[in-house]
Amino acid sequence: MSAPMIELAKVSKSFGAHQVLSGVDLSVGRSEVVCLIGPSGSGKSTLLRCVNFLEPYDSGDVRIEGRLIGYEDAADGARRPMSARKLRDMRREIGMVFQHFNLWPHMTALGNVAEPLRRVRGLSAREAAERATAMLTRVGLAAKAGAYPSRLSGGQQQRVAIARALAMQPRLMLFDEPTSALDPELVGEVLEVMKSLAADGMTMLIVTHEMGFAAHVAGRIAFIDEGRIIDEGPPRHVFHESPEPRVRQFLQTYHDRNAF
Amino acid sequence: MNLDLIWRYAPSLISGFGVTILCWGVGGALGLLLGFAITLLNRLRFLPLNWLLRGFIEVFRGTPFLMQLFLLYAGGPSIGLRLGATTAGILGLCLYSSAYFAEIFRAGFASVPVGQIEAATSVGMAPFDTLIRVTLPGALIAAVPPIVNMLIILSKEMVVLSIITVPELMYQVQTMAAETFTAFDAIFAMAVFYWLLVETVSRLGARLEARVTAYLAHEESAA
Repeated sequence: MSAPMIELAKVSKSFGAHQVLSGVDLSVGRSEVVCLIGPSGSGKSTLLRCVNFLEPYDSGDVRIEGRLIGYEDAADGARRPMSARKLRDMRREIGMVFQHFNLWPHMTALGNVAEPLRRVRGLSAREAAERATAMLTRVGLAAKAGAYPSRLSGGQQQRVAIARALAMQPRLMLFDEPTSALDPELVGEVLEVMKSLAADGMTMLIVTHEMGFAAHVAGRIAFIDEGRIIDEGPPRHVFHESPEPRVRQFLQTYHDRNAF
Repeated sequence: MNLDLIWRYAPSLISGFGVTILCWGVGGALGLLLGFAITLLNRLRFLPLNWLLRGFIEVFRGTPFLMQLFLLYAGGPSIGLRLGATTAGILGLCLYSSAYFAEIFRAGFASVPVGQIEAATSVGMAPFDTLIRVTLPGALIAAVPPIVNMLIILSKEMVVLSIITVPELMYQVQTMAAETFTAFDAIFAMAVFYWLLVETVSRLGARLEARVTAYLAHEESAA
């Protein structure tokens, strides 16, 4: 059997004296969609950011298709930081979408999508523009290709950001609360794009507070609290059958807040 | 006011203005380059180098420009550095302004949201490409107005060069005043020249600013 797309084993991470992740194990298979949920400050985003080593983890293993990211283990067991070049080579296969979109404001929507294709994939200006246009079309924004981010709504900006990550033809995609910064009426358009990605077989690891979306799209849900995965399983299990009081309490709070 | 007098001294005033522009342009441009280099070197986060550059900035921001010029021009020969007045003036201006420009660039870089750099990192962009394509354009948006401001201040600091006998505008004006026993006419001529210079610089600055913030102007004109 081939290695899982993402495999985390005993991943730990501290910010100073504060332990954010305490020995997390998690595996995401090819074409699987896994949602990370949990209270704020529980370590969800940190965990996600360890997967492409945007956040260096302190110990444990994070493997992408079997290959350790961020470090190299020598034969004598010593661990060294991976060379910057190798790390970049791994990162370009991992798409990432951020809570605050993080588009480059001085480039148009097309420019934002084409830029990594030119600088990282080495495409010509024409090829990059062609592929970028195709990606913008895919997220329904071909008409906005020439618009600067400041002219786009939050939902449109996030779709451009998804197109930017997607254009690199990544092996997997990471989403860090992709709809948390959006007005409620703009959340749907972003979730639709993500659903279509999932339907196309993209491997996705998603930190989200959209429980409805998680219930419908995720193959598996992992609930994180205080840096540990305390429950994990199919949506039905986590949302309705979890034996963990903290999970039930969290979901109850969520229901209460959204009931009207 | 005696226009005849100004007319008679016009050639020397214009030559002085030319020297002012030369020293200011060359010294300011070199100062910008040096200041940018200091900022980039500081970003390497190599501690001994950081301390050294910090010390450089403290010295050149913390002491009067005139004192630096004296040290360079009059004190230079004692360490084997023999410079003509104009060369010393240009070099002095470069060193003095670089300390300020370095701080302006540093603030510019600090103004770029870290998320924009993380986005570049996440797609595997190399540090140099990230600097040129992402960080620098963002930094310039914040840096251009204070750079233009600094250049205007520097243009007026140029009068200090007359003290080490650089034949710039102030030097010529003082010569004219001494030879003709007229204070007002010479000073008036100087004011006109300076007004022309500063007006030109601020207009060019406004155009440059419009250029680096093109995407915002785009928004305003489209809205």
